[in-house]
Amino acid sequence: MTSALDITQAVKPPRAVFVNFPLGHQTGRPDDPAIQRHIVRDAMRAFETIATPGDIVRLPYVWDPADRTWETRDYTKGWMPERPSRDAADLAEAERVAKYTK
Amino acid sequence: MPVAYIPRTRELYSDFTPYRWVVNETLPWTPLRKPIAQAKIALMSSGGIMYRGQPRFHHEDASYRQIPKNAAREDLYVWHFGYPTADAEKDPNCVFPLERMRELEAEHIIGELSDPAFSFMGGIYSSRKVRDELAPQIVDELKRAHVDAFYLVPA
Repeated sequence: MTSALDITQAVKPPRAVFVNFPLGHQTGRPDDPAIQRHIVRDAMRAFETIATPGDIVRLPYVWDPADRTWETRDYTKGWMPERPSRDAADLAEAERVAKYTK
Repeated sequence: MPVAYIPRTRELYSDFTPYRWVVNETLPWTPLRKPIAQAKIALMSSGGIMYRGQPRFHHEDASYRQIPKNAAREDLYVWHFGYPTADAEKDPNCVFPLERMRELEAEHIIGELSDPAFSFMGGIYSSRKVRDELAPQIVDELKRAHVDAFYLVPA
């Protein structure tokens, strides 16, 4: 898959599939197995249909027909939500590791 | 309109030296040797997925993780600084469609899903590091597993 069309056009992988979704969602919306399946299924099909090296198949799915503001906002200053504090992140990390260490 | 990430990156990081993007003039091409329904396919994601207690990723990290193909969703975790990870943490299939690939295998739409799947953290500034350190290790894994194709999902 590719989530950044312009970067991929410069890199030129042999085969790529693109859907115009925000970063972090290139194989679909969370808890929406139907759209995820559509995208992954289309990608598997593209293995067989892409005949010209470097072709990028563009899928027709729309992230949210009612709200396209992400297209203007993403990857501009301040677009990322605030991350947890280092202490909070380290604590969550310690809990995760402890959970699996018996 | 698809987002133009190159100009936006330049703007977002305008305090830094402009990034030198990889531009390739030629590209490799291997024809598919068998139909996808008979092919063994490896899944990988640069979204920063970890399994159970595997170490967290960090900046400029060229390491990768092996994720068992039958991993349960509650045993998958995410670390990445370059994209909002809340949705991937809720449902890793957004960037790492392991459950969907398992289904396609069960339905014989793909021949086989390779075990393990792989993940790394794509926020690596040095393209040389990716080319010379990360990529060869992944290639070795794929050769060892005798896969026919790999499906790389970026964040």
